[in-house]
Amino acid sequence: MTKKVVVAMSGGVDSSVAAALLKEQGYDVYGITMKLSDWQDTEGRKFGGCCGSKDFYDARSVAQTLGIPHYSFDYVEKFRGSVIGYFKDSYLKGETPNPCIACNQHVKFDYLLEQALALGADYLATGHYARVKKAPDGFELHKAKDPSKDQSYVLYGLGQHELSKLMFPLGDLPKTEVREIARRHNLRTADKPDSYEICFVPNEDYRQFISEEVPEHARPAGPIRHVDGRVLGQHKGLPFYTIGQRTGLGVTVGSPLYVTAIEPATQTLVVGNKTDVLTQTFVARGVSWVAGHAPVLPLSATVKIRSKHNGASAELLEHAGGVQVHFQEAQSAITPGQAAVFYQGDVVVGGGTIDHAQ
Amino acid sequence: MKRYIYLDHNATTRPRPEVVEAMLPHLRGHYGNASSIYQLGQEERKAIDIAREQLSKLIGVQNADEIVFTGGGSESINWAIKGVAFANRNKGKHIVTTTIEHSAVMKTCKYLETLGWQVTYVGVDWHGRVNPAHVREAITKETVLVSVMHANNEIGTIVSVEDIGKICREKGVPIHVDALQTVGKIPVSVETLQADLVSIGAHKFYGPKGVGALYIRPGTRIQSLIHGGSHEKNRRAGTENVAGIAGLGMAAELAAKDMKHDEKHVRHLRDKLEKHILREIECTRVNGDPEHRMFNTSNMSIEAVEGEGLIIGLDMQGICVSSGSACSSGQTEPSHVLKAIGVPMELAKGSVRFSLGRENTEEEIERVIEVFPKVVERLRGLSPLWSDYKKGLRKSVIAGKAA
Repeated sequence: MTKKVVVAMSGGVDSSVAAALLKEQGYDVYGITMKLSDWQDTEGRKFGGCCGSKDFYDARSVAQTLGIPHYSFDYVEKFRGSVIGYFKDSYLKGETPNPCIACNQHVKFDYLLEQALALGADYLATGHYARVKKAPDGFELHKAKDPSKDQSYVLYGLGQHELSKLMFPLGDLPKTEVREIARRHNLRTADKPDSYEICFVPNEDYRQFISEEVPEHARPAGPIRHVDGRVLGQHKGLPFYTIGQRTGLGVTVGSPLYVTAIEPATQTLVVGNKTDVLTQTFVARGVSWVAGHAPVLPLSATVKIRSKHNGASAELLEHAGGVQVHFQEAQSAITPGQAAVFYQGDVVVGGGTIDHAQ
Repeated sequence: MKRYIYLDHNATTRPRPEVVEAMLPHLRGHYGNASSIYQLGQEERKAIDIAREQLSKLIGVQNADEIVFTGGGSESINWAIKGVAFANRNKGKHIVTTTIEHSAVMKTCKYLETLGWQVTYVGVDWHGRVNPAHVREAITKETVLVSVMHANNEIGTIVSVEDIGKICREKGVPIHVDALQTVGKIPVSVETLQADLVSIGAHKFYGPKGVGALYIRPGTRIQSLIHGGSHEKNRRAGTENVAGIAGLGMAAELAAKDMKHDEKHVRHLRDKLEKHILREIECTRVNGDPEHRMFNTSNMSIEAVEGEGLIIGLDMQGICVSSGSACSSGQTEPSHVLKAIGVPMELAKGSVRFSLGRENTEEEIERVIEVFPKVVERLRGLSPLWSDYKKGLRKSVIAGKAA
């Protein structure tokens, strides 16, 4: 029997083409669009990203063009709890969240995957740029063929069960070819710009979002303290800062200042020179391993500490409650809350959340 | 075209081939305007007159002129309620209806409330039956209209419209019957129902979409809803949708002829489906009246399953059903009808409506009986409520105890 594949269609070009390719390959393809927040905005604020109704209609139009069924799943409650809630909490803890990873781990590759399988699908597919490969002892998660598009960083949480049921049809393609395929299929999303913003934050302004959503926590000001101990002034609320941030401190002391630490316990923002942002060691918590079990540590790996980071050589070491990562060379702005992903060559070994620099 | 097993006949039906044949000439060569004097127009007038006769026979109307064609059931309902309300605004501004009406009735009443009318929504029992005595109590000196549905689209409960009609006649209040779900399926006679206005939609009984009718008893004070030309004896403006009207007429004629046979066939299939599901799937129950229920409808609550998932899971197997009414699909709000009959929230969300039709076969029902329990089982596998029930940690709402 023809295998059934559910494609998570966000209304962007990538997932549109993922659906088109699977349909070409002869699968029985079903499009679904997750409704992640309420589309009607009573205050008339602009909502972009995969939450917007515009994107829903784009996804539906693509499904119609391809001649596949299309459904919408209402995940508003789940998304609010496991992604938006996490996003706010993370800032309030003085960390910098990655909501797309939370969405992948708690919504897309958890609930959506299980629901797709329960509905009778054999696989779930998405428009991520990454590759799943079957190896003798299980499934491997590889970087995309086109390194400039690789999204394996946001997928590190996948395990063997998920990988056995996932398809990433774009993993071998460069973006230019993806747009060509979209045009060839006459898909309305062929020239739609890529979206980088956080889908539930209006106008790409997370600071505004935090001050509206949790005003009681966002507002309290506190001291800006230099690493040398001097208090330089008052900040506007810790959620508005991120490690390594240079501008917007509102204080000058001659040389440029960077945020080096955020200390919610004392409401303190710590700043210093560029070199003060460099760290060689950190601890990752909530570590998961793609193989389903931890490798023998210590282990040499390339570690990526944010999505735009190129990755740097490091040693992974045993550590209570997680993994200690020791870079060969100090890295700039190791930021608690961000994901640290461990690679060996093109293969994702695992990853976790940066807990604290040491 | 994919082959589907279609079990959503309360949402719409497939036009019968004879209906399509009756329509085609009016979409091809016969394009005249029925109001025109010349012969090309006269041919269309004739088609409309024939259709009016065909529908009259189906619903026991002596004088076909009492039937006016409209753009569908919702228009008929809007017209009946607003038209009577506006025409009687000096007499009174009170309307009586029920809590299980279709949204065409509900939203029209809500709209009139914003314009100063008062509406009493008479409650129903947990089978969805309206107690005629409650309607009697709700009628005041100000009441200008009673509007009740003949059978409910979601749960299939048949309301004792005859008894309510009698009360209305006694009290001198006109009664509108939303008969979208009954006309063409079970015998409907405007005389037996004692109805003053009856709304009808063609696509519910194998006719085309976008055409319906309103029966208006002579002497009923009603204003027009659609103003314009003098079509339909000045009652409903707009160039007649001749193809649609001809299709409606043919559907009415066929319904009158096949009704008895179809009911027997469909009832047998519905009962078979229902019996199997109740037997095969634990913690499942039927919503609606066990006795006074449309022979084609089965609304079931499947505990610990989301209706949305059920529908998609079945669609992926080529089976079309719905949850609640089609108009509320896409919303996750549980249906107002299930709420009105006291179905607890968690069961209402897991409700599914099978509505069968004349084309369904034994084979199709057997396929559904085979597939449905598997879909339910897989979806229940996702449900923490279900796993708690299975572990004996939680009582089932339906079974009243833990597993």
